[in-house]
Formats: sequence, structure tokens, C-alpha cells
Amino acid sequence: MRIGSVLSLALKSAFNRKATALLTILAVAVSVMLYVGVERVRQGAQESFERTVSGADLVVGARSGPINLILYSIFHIGDPTNNVTWETYQDIAQRPEIAWIIPLSLGDSHQGFRVVGTELSFFEHYRFGDDARVEIDKGELFADVFDAVLGADVAQALQYKVGDHIVLSHGVGSVSFTDHADKPFVVSGILKRTGTPVDRAVHVSLEAITAIHIGWESGAKTALARVATADRVRQMDLTPHDITAMIIGLKSRPSVLRLQRDISSYAEEPLLAVIPGVALSQLWDVIGIVERLLSAISACVVAVGLVVILVTILTSLNERRREMAILRSVGASPADIFLLLVMEAAALAFLGALTGLALLYGALVLLAPLILSTTGVPLSSVRPDMFDVAVVAAVVASAAALALIPAWRAFRNSLADGLSIRI
Amino acid sequence: MVAVVEVTKLVFAWTKESPVIDIAKFRVDAGERVFLRGPSGSGKSTLLSIVAGVVAPDSGSVSLLGQDLTRLSPGKRDALRADALGVIFQLFNLVPYLTVAENIALPCRFSSARRVRAIARGGSIEQETRRLLGRLGLGEAAMLRRKVGELSVGQQQRVAAARALVGSPSLIIADEPTSALDSDARAAFIDLLSEECAAVGASLLFVSHDRSLAASFDRQIDLSDINRVPTAAA
Repeated sequence: MRIGSVLSLALKSAFNRKATALLTILAVAVSVMLYVGVERVRQGAQESFERTVSGADLVVGARSGPINLILYSIFHIGDPTNNVTWETYQDIAQRPEIAWIIPLSLGDSHQGFRVVGTELSFFEHYRFGDDARVEIDKGELFADVFDAVLGADVAQALQYKVGDHIVLSHGVGSVSFTDHADKPFVVSGILKRTGTPVDRAVHVSLEAITAIHIGWESGAKTALARVATADRVRQMDLTPHDITAMIIGLKSRPSVLRLQRDISSYAEEPLLAVIPGVALSQLWDVIGIVERLLSAISACVVAVGLVVILVTILTSLNERRREMAILRSVGASPADIFLLLVMEAAALAFLGALTGLALLYGALVLLAPLILSTTGVPLSSVRPDMFDVAVVAAVVASAAALALIPAWRAFRNSLADGLSIRI
Repeated sequence: MVAVVEVTKLVFAWTKESPVIDIAKFRVDAGERVFLRGPSGSGKSTLLSIVAGVVAPDSGSVSLLGQDLTRLSPGKRDALRADALGVIFQLFNLVPYLTVAENIALPCRFSSARRVRAIARGGSIEQETRRLLGRLGLGEAAMLRRKVGELSVGQQQRVAAARALVGSPSLIIADEPTSALDSDARAAFIDLLSEECAAVGASLLFVSHDRSLAASFDRQIDLSDINRVPTAAA
């Protein structure tokens, strides 16, 4: 009864100075939003990255950095540096310890979405999340050279349906000036949503990649490209010259290190084989530094938010000596006065923290699609959990602790003032 | 007669060198209405703070309803004040962020005895609040929800009186409650206050520098007669 009574007095008192109270709450809200936001984005990025590829033992590409290789081959972030020859690919594919192998050929795009040249083994063996397969939603997998299978986001964003004709572009920019307009593709199928970069890719056969680049070997259109019409191309030998990367699954996990070493020291050309989990943890190590820095900065912002509460309460103390004397006269003890101020701070901090979380999750819901399309980082899986509860509790506890300063002053004032009201 | 307030050999000084109060004996009986006169600076407010148990004397004893305040723990003193005392100040009696009704009900938040008595008397705290306001001439229904800042000074003082009276305390302390009122309102206020104190059986300790108000009280005391510290200290 008594504590509830003091709490309701604290709230009414705080909201009597409405502008100050709202600004204080806003200051705390923005700081909490920033702090939890940094944590959430990091965690969301990490979770969604980790569920993007499962079951793969090695990713192989031309020699560059492990993080770079995994980013461009699996996450479609950044550009490949070099290719791997088709002979090398076949050589590796024949190794006895390999259970399955998926070739990837990158470098083209459609309306800003990456084109992935691959084989049907991709749909058979690629796994994400908890061992889930990539499944077809409408239509069929590619059968003809000029068939394309769209990820769910591609179909949705561009409003494509099975049977539509699309034109691929050379290069991976969102605006390309060199289209493969002479060889349009037909949408043969649309995939179910996976929550991975697969949703944002156009999948075609390796042969298709070869076909659209006939006459483009120099990187631009030549006279040969003009005579190589779609029908003629179908008759040609479309064996790829090279691919960008490959994803490998092994029959038994323990052989992974030996195979990795063999591939990395492959004599014919410089290759790099990385274990996806290892490359990802290297990535987190790099990002971790930045993330800890951001975390520290946003924690400082939270501290500033809390100091704002302290300042507002301290500055209100003098104008409230009368209020305290009145409360003393109706039976409030100095402890009640003390509690009143601590609760006022705690209530402001609590409302601020809740507002901050509401703003954050509101913003995430609204901005997740934009973040996904600009950075490729899916944040839609981010949900409130115990971390948020802990942040709210910590903010409220810190505010209450800081409020001990004005509470102590008010306590002493109320002992010194007695029942006389000083203006 | 039972003493509501009994002060014996009381000495108090805000700073060690200059005592403000030195009173051999001072007493208010149950149901008695006492007028305590003294010029400003004579230690009236300090004496009231001591009687209310908000300020502790340097020596001597102060009893409220037979309990020696100097021997009670601070918590017990606060509880006794909440139960037994209603206070009306000179001005600005009301908590600005509470409504008229919430201001009047304030003592019931800090004293369950007052809450119980208020409910026993009015049926509920709200009804008792309304009844008291009606008795003090602020009966219109909208009054309960009004903001304190919208009231005139005279209305504020009557609301303060209602707050002091709610839950039938044993003693009402009024510290210059009429100094901001004009002379007609002054007399009316004192009559109302006296009547209501009689109705709830409370003693009234009314402090003022204005000798002309003394007539309507049972007894009048001049602070300079009982306080052995010369007034010039102020």
C-alpha cells in the first residue's frame, strides 16, 4: 500500500513536469535503442550468417582470403577475385573422399540480383538452417540452357511468374549497361523462401553461363557474340572453361583437414579451401573489434541518458522543497521522501527503456527489408529475449542508484526544513 | 483532562550559539482550541515542527497523545504524526500535481488509522472527501477533479483544512492559515475550522501574529510569555 502510494505520487510528480519528463524518457529511449540495436544487429547478422550454410565441409575458390572467399561464394557479398579452371574442378570432384560437390559460377546479375551458375547438384545437396533443402515452390528446376530458377525474393520483388522472360546483365552492379539481351532466359521455376542469400539469386545452369558469354571472352561483346544466336548456341559445346567456387561435402568429416591441405597446395593453380565455420569465426573476430567499440560507445550514450535523469531530478529539488514539506506534514517519513525520488528516477528509466525497445523493434520491422536489400544481412529473425529484460533491469537499477544522490539531498533538506516551507 | 500536547523544559537551537526556544511548560488539552500568538521570528514555526515531531528538541520532552516524541524512533514519530496530526500552512498547502480530491485524501495514504476512520465516517474516502468539502462550502461536484492551481487562495486554504481534518486526527495545527485572506473570509474560515474540529473531536492549535483573531478561541497564549528566549534573536 505504502510503496504503491509513493510510486503513484512519484509518477504524478514526474508527469507534472511533463516536458521535462518526456524529454528525459526520450533521452533514455534513444540511448537504449542504440545500445540494444547494436547488439541485435550483430546477433541477427551472426545467426543468419551461420544458418546460411550447413552441412558443407569445404568451400574452394581461387586463392584470396578465407573471409573474402566465403563472403562472395556463399553470401554474395563482394566480388570474386579469380576463377578456377574446369579441369581443376573435375580433378577435385573425382577425389574419393568427396560425397558431393556443387560448382558455382558468378559474375552476372539481373536487376541487381546475383546470377548463380550451378548444377542440379545444388538443389540436391545444398543445406541451410537445420539441415533444410532448397525446394521448388512453383514450376520446375532448370532443364534447358536458357531456363532460370528464381529465389523467392527475386520473384517477389520483380513480380515474376513461371514462364516470364528475363535478360541477364554482365557484371554485378544494380544498374548494368551491358545486357545479354540477345539471349533471354525463361523463368522455369521459383524457389521456396529460405531466409538465406539463395532467395536473392537467379539460378541458371553452368552451360547457360558459358552460352551467354560466347564472344564475350574479352569482357565485352565481340562480333562472334552477334552471330552466336540462342538456337546456334544450343548446338555448341557448352562445357564451362572455368567456375568461381565450389562447395564440397565429404563422406567422413575427419578427412576434411587433409583435403583442405591438399587443395591449398594444389600444384596446377593457386587454390584456397576453407571450412565455412572457421572462416565465419574469423569474420566475427574481425567484426568483433568494431562491434565491441560500438557497444562501448552506445553504453556511454546510455550513461548519458541516465545522467539526464539525475540532472532533471537534481534541478527540480529546490522548487520541490515545498512539496516535500507538505508530504512530511501529512505523515511522509524522510524515508518516503527518499523513496519518492528513487522511484521517480526508476520510473522514468523504466518508461524510457521500454520506449527505446519499442522504437528499436518497430524500426527493425520497418527497416529489415531495406537493410536486407542494401547489405544482404537478414534481420527479420531478430526477436526480443532475456537480453532486453536484462538491459531494462540494468537501466532501471542504475537510474535508481544515481537517484540516491538527489534522494539523499532531499532527505537532508526535509530533516533541516521541518514543517517550515522555504521558497 | 488528557493532554494532547505537553511540552516540558523544551530547549531548541538551530545553531549552537543562539537558542530559539526555551519553554518551561506548554500544554493543549483534548478538544481545546488554543490561540498561540507571536510576532514573526519568535520561534512559532519551529515550535510547531517540534510538536509535529519533524524536528527533535535539544533537551526537554514533548508528548503527543501521551507519547514522548523524544523517546520514539524516527519511524514511530512519523507514524504518530500521520495518525494524530493535521497541518494547515500559511500558503501553498497543496501538492500541485494532485487533484483536490487526491490532496484531501493524502493523509489516508500515509496513515491506515486515518483511512479507517475516514471510511467509517463517510462510507468511503471519496464520500468523506466530498462531505468535508461540502461542510467547508466547496460542495459543487466538479471541485473534486479540479486542479489545485485553478483554485483561489481562500479555496486552497479550505481544501487544506479538509485535508487536515480527514480521518479525524486528534490535533490540528494551523500556522497562520488566514494571513492571505481578507478579514471577512478570515472570520468565516476560523468559524468553519473551529466547528469541524469540534465535530471530529480534535484539538486546535492556531498560530498567528494577529491578536484580533484570538477572541473565538478557548484560551490564548502569548509565545513571548512562555518562551524565555528574547524575540530579538530573529
